[in-house]
Amino acid sequence: MALTNQKYNSPLRFLIWGYIIWSLVPVLIAVIYSFNDGRSRTVWQGFSLRWWITDPYASIFRNDETRNAISNSLVLAFATILVVTPLGIALAIGSQRIRGRSANFVQGLTSTPLITPEIVVGAALLLTFTRLFTAVPLGFVAQLLGNVTFSLASVVVIVRARLVSIGASFEEAARDLGATRWQALRFVLLPMLWPSVMASLVVVFATVIDDFVITSFLSAGVSSETVPLRIYSSVRGGATPALNALATLLVLTSFAVLTIGLFGLSTWRKRHGERGGLRAALADVTQLNS
Amino acid sequence: MARTMDTLHRGLTQTKLKNSPRLWAGFAIPGTVWLIVLFAIPFYAVACIAFGTIDPIFRDAVPQWNPLSWDFVQARQIFSSLATGPLQGVAIRTVVYVVCAMSLSFVIGFPIAYFLARHAGKRKLLLLVLIIVPFWVNYLMRMLAWVNLLSVDGLFTRFMRIFGVNYNWLDGSPITVILGLVYGYIPFLILPLYATLERLDWRLVDAARDLGANSRQAFRLVTLPMSKAGLVAAGILIALPMFGDYYTNDLLSRSPSTEMIGNQIDFFLNASSQPQNGALLVLALSLFLLLFMSFYLRSTRQQTRQVTR
Repeated sequence: MALTNQKYNSPLRFLIWGYIIWSLVPVLIAVIYSFNDGRSRTVWQGFSLRWWITDPYASIFRNDETRNAISNSLVLAFATILVVTPLGIALAIGSQRIRGRSANFVQGLTSTPLITPEIVVGAALLLTFTRLFTAVPLGFVAQLLGNVTFSLASVVVIVRARLVSIGASFEEAARDLGATRWQALRFVLLPMLWPSVMASLVVVFATVIDDFVITSFLSAGVSSETVPLRIYSSVRGGATPALNALATLLVLTSFAVLTIGLFGLSTWRKRHGERGGLRAALADVTQLNS
Repeated sequence: MARTMDTLHRGLTQTKLKNSPRLWAGFAIPGTVWLIVLFAIPFYAVACIAFGTIDPIFRDAVPQWNPLSWDFVQARQIFSSLATGPLQGVAIRTVVYVVCAMSLSFVIGFPIAYFLARHAGKRKLLLLVLIIVPFWVNYLMRMLAWVNLLSVDGLFTRFMRIFGVNYNWLDGSPITVILGLVYGYIPFLILPLYATLERLDWRLVDAARDLGANSRQAFRLVTLPMSKAGLVAAGILIALPMFGDYYTNDLLSRSPSTEMIGNQIDFFLNASSQPQNGALLVLALSLFLLLFMSFYLRSTRQQTRQVTR
């Protein structure tokens, strides 16, 4: 067995490192060019911070439109989290515990958005908000409703996985010791759900801040332009390295949130005597276990 | 004995928890209503616009909310256009691009997932993290990176010129679009593939080898059948967004000669004011994808059932 392993090992090892380089180096180059001193995104002309901070008009932290896009993105992400987290937790608990035909219906309804192509959801919501629910204006409100709809399913999946692994015995023990159903839920189940809640927060934040299709279909021009929309509209134009800087900022933001989330998750696990550490935390946020 | 007690206990507690259906239904209601109003009804609205009429003066789509008076004239026209008319090219291209990108993703992704699951050894966590990183790098950033490299004076274009290759990568090149799709979606394939392969009982493969199968036979007769469901599910998972993709194409080519169905939907809904055609294409795409989606949902539901039991 050892011999055959050896035989397959080296070309595969070559392939995997080749893949990693292929998948990461272009992005790194784009990040490096955000520090280009010239106006080109392809020819290196020395290091500067002009596209990040020093240029009074074009740098991303000083350009009004870019700042507007950054604040739109953050507001949209936090607003979505506020709505989708309680909605998703409740739906996860409810859908896991009801039985019968309605359970199948709810389960089908919650898992379909997860695999529906975004363009279909975006197009359907655009047509709905412009012809049927005309009280909903395109822009922030429509984007919020769209992002909640699209990310609800992932919260449900993450929380449900946790519910399954917790099982019913803890809550029942609390009930046997005299807790009411509400108390068991509030003081036993909810605290145990915390890692899945944290994972949902991270996943929803990263999804919404990166979302392009739904946010774009439901936008109403500059007033509701988010960072991805701004990037998208200028990639093929003669944009300066400020574009690279903005894209880098987007990547850094989601990485920061993810890292905080991962560390939070693995510390929580350690403190509560659960096994798994970083691996389990990674599985939580990549939904590998679903 | 202990096991029986355990099952008995679990059975009892489960019946107790499940005993308050009204409470749990109350938990499920807000989310369910949300999804009915903002997910199910929008699909009905798409159908009502697709099978509605066109305002004769403003040329705008007028939805027909009553299914009994749906009008299929325009639908027939669009569907025949997709089958034999001007949209035929778009339909064929969509399928061909997705099939090519999928096959390439499997060719690259499967060995990687296999290596990760079986031979990664001490470096496993590091490799896993490095493979997961692109998963979290914004899609547009990853496309932007390649636009920079492939533009006329980009690093890659200049590099290829050394070898005498003078190719205009970003101007309607099907190769660029297909490779772009692979680059964009392959992380979403590798992870589920890895999850599937890691769960396999590799002792069975070892047993097959011990019983005289060569490595190819063991792969074909044991590994493949055991992982088939997971492979298909992972394939569907990236095929679905690829079929609805328009931004990759838009960023890397922006030429009518490489347009896919997503580009047509984007065009009809966002660039021109022909929402009825857009709605019809959304409907056509959804019907086409429904097949894959129902297959995927069924297979994952079977899996969760196995896990929870």
